[in-house]
Amino acid sequence: MDVVWASLWLFTLLNVVAVAALSLVWLERKLLGRMQGRVGPTRVGPFGLLQPIADGIKLLMKEDIAPGSSSRVLFFVAPLLVFVPSYMVWITIPFGRDLFVRNLDLGLFFFVALSVLGIVGLVLAGWSSNSKYAILGGFRSAAQLVSYEIPIIMTILVVAMLAGSLSFRDVVLAQDVVPYAAVQPLAFGVFLLAGLAEVGRTPFDIYHAESEVVGGPFVEYSGAHWAIFFLAEYINTFMVGALGALLFLGGWRWPVGDVPAAAGVALFLFKTYAIVAVIFWVRATYPRMRIDQLMSFGWKVLIPLSFAAFVATAFQMFYGWPIWTLTILSLVILVPPIYIQLRWQRKPAMALAKHYAEIAVAVHAQPRPVPVAAVTEADAAPGREDDA
Amino acid sequence: MTTEQQHDTIDMMLNMGPQHPATHGVFRMVLTLDGERVLDVTPHIGYLHRGSEKLCESESYGQVVTLFDRMDYIANLNNELAFCRAAERLMSIEVPERAMYIRVILAELNRVASHALFIGTYAIDLGAMTPVMYGFRERERIQNLFEAVTGARMMHNFIRIGGVKEDVPDDFGPRVRQLIGQVREGIEEMDRLLTFNEVYLARTRGVGVIDAATAISVGLTGPSLRGSGVAYDVRKDDPYEIYPYLSYKVPIGENGDCWDRYYVRLQECYESLSMISQCLDQMEAGPTMVQMRRIARPPKGEVYVHSENPRGDIGVYLVSDGTDKPYRLKIRPPSFCNLVGLAPMTRGSYIADAVAILGSLDIVLGEVDR
Repeated sequence: MDVVWASLWLFTLLNVVAVAALSLVWLERKLLGRMQGRVGPTRVGPFGLLQPIADGIKLLMKEDIAPGSSSRVLFFVAPLLVFVPSYMVWITIPFGRDLFVRNLDLGLFFFVALSVLGIVGLVLAGWSSNSKYAILGGFRSAAQLVSYEIPIIMTILVVAMLAGSLSFRDVVLAQDVVPYAAVQPLAFGVFLLAGLAEVGRTPFDIYHAESEVVGGPFVEYSGAHWAIFFLAEYINTFMVGALGALLFLGGWRWPVGDVPAAAGVALFLFKTYAIVAVIFWVRATYPRMRIDQLMSFGWKVLIPLSFAAFVATAFQMFYGWPIWTLTILSLVILVPPIYIQLRWQRKPAMALAKHYAEIAVAVHAQPRPVPVAAVTEADAAPGREDDA
Repeated sequence: MTTEQQHDTIDMMLNMGPQHPATHGVFRMVLTLDGERVLDVTPHIGYLHRGSEKLCESESYGQVVTLFDRMDYIANLNNELAFCRAAERLMSIEVPERAMYIRVILAELNRVASHALFIGTYAIDLGAMTPVMYGFRERERIQNLFEAVTGARMMHNFIRIGGVKEDVPDDFGPRVRQLIGQVREGIEEMDRLLTFNEVYLARTRGVGVIDAATAISVGLTGPSLRGSGVAYDVRKDDPYEIYPYLSYKVPIGENGDCWDRYYVRLQECYESLSMISQCLDQMEAGPTMVQMRRIARPPKGEVYVHSENPRGDIGVYLVSDGTDKPYRLKIRPPSFCNLVGLAPMTRGSYIADAVAILGSLDIVLGEVDR
């Protein structure tokens, strides 16, 4: 009987997650459209709401091509290796106080363990396609995702320390008065940035960079298998939103406390979609970083910052300082990197722009000669002899 | 028995193009890669070769204009102007002043449209997807004006030998002024979004550096050369049409990197807009076309006339044997010559930089291959 119930739950969860992913597709297209002076999809269904479904049907009906030189089995297993972990994580995500498939005591650890698995699928997809763009993309994804896994883990550890538990439910219940985004703004910021990189979103969409490696590991996929990658990507994006909402914004609880389950779910979804909207907003604004810049940003900025957040939290807890000291501490840690960034990038460029305005070569107008009576006579110039 | 084997690594050849989102058409470059590093780049062109120069020899002078439209399909009017100036020089035609003003206004508008499109597509090369919409929006506005004036959005055939096809509509002045305001706002929007964006700076500053001496020796012209600090602009150094009567600045860079090339183009947009409004102030009524025969037969002889295209110095070498068709027509296409700079700029950079550098040269394959 347990098996039946578990299957039923998993099936329901799959549908919920798939619908959520489709809603993200719609939301992204609509939001990006608005930000770019377009309207986004309008034709299929009201406000184009059915557009993702139409897209899905189109993808399923397309021919599923595998390159002749690919290793077939790996090629078709890779999408599943990406999709299954990103979907499995949802087992332990609480949508409300009692709304989850399983409340694992090691929920946070479960998430970390599974999210690393997806990388294998990406590398495998790149490798088995036997395409140069795909393999470059696969290498890039391995480098990127492995390095950005560390700051994510560190920030999750910070939350776990503050809540004193690795269960998502306890973490949310611990954020009664102040959400952890206010307690640890540094960890929240690091989490969002590393989360962007984890799901390969602008400005870290390097492994499937369209203008460089034309889709990276996915370049040889088509039809249903490509759709699975696509779905996994949006589920992961939704996951980052959900994690942000649960770990840092108080999930279904903060700031209203205990409310009816439906209202709680609505609150949780609102927070999730808000974070996702920010991710889309970033996509509309920023260019893509280069792989070496991404790596140095990860290892030289994000990882030290996440360790700093970790250490600051440890100090606050060990000495039992009041909670607001942690807020101040993490804000103080944030100041130097932001200052350095502005100082190293923007300021010199602005000075240079000012300098260029000065060195631009000015050309002054000569006085215009008094306009001669219009030249109507045509005989003088050659080339006008009669054709005849 | 040794457990460790010595593995030789080999360089990877990556064939980028002719079907690639970042090559702006059917351009192909073969990258020799060491991991992400580009060791060497070999450009391959010719996928869009239509034999325009040869075709020109079988068309009468008036018809050649249409072929120039189709060469650099982003800056049609600038190309028409380049050919018409050569033909007029060959036939010693004095173009009426009003026609020259109309030509300059249209050419500068087209330059702005071209640069707006450059800023947008360059951003998409770097992974930012919003500016391209803004760039196309501004180009669209300008094209709407072109449609009102010339009857066509791209293949105008409006600038003719001896003037322009017809006078502009009555509401041309106010309409252009309104357009200038709108386009300026649009360009400023892209400016705010991109110019000092941290990621954008990281991707373009210090990338694809070419110093002035190398830039001159490989034959760069236009904004690509001015980005390296050489203030060479045909409008300034060999003034034509009514450019001498306009005040403007020739923006230059200093470092010769991608950002400088971008910034020069951005500033040129503002300069062009101010030039257009000066033209509108100075324009007077008058004829827009000289009286001439339908079929022009220039005397025997040859001319080389160059003018400033959004991409650089476009030269037209025209040889006449006294018939109604050119004996030989050779074009010096700025995109093609700028492409020579690709290899020296790209060597030693990353794959992503190769895309950024190619984008910053702003090539149009229709012109490269002709």
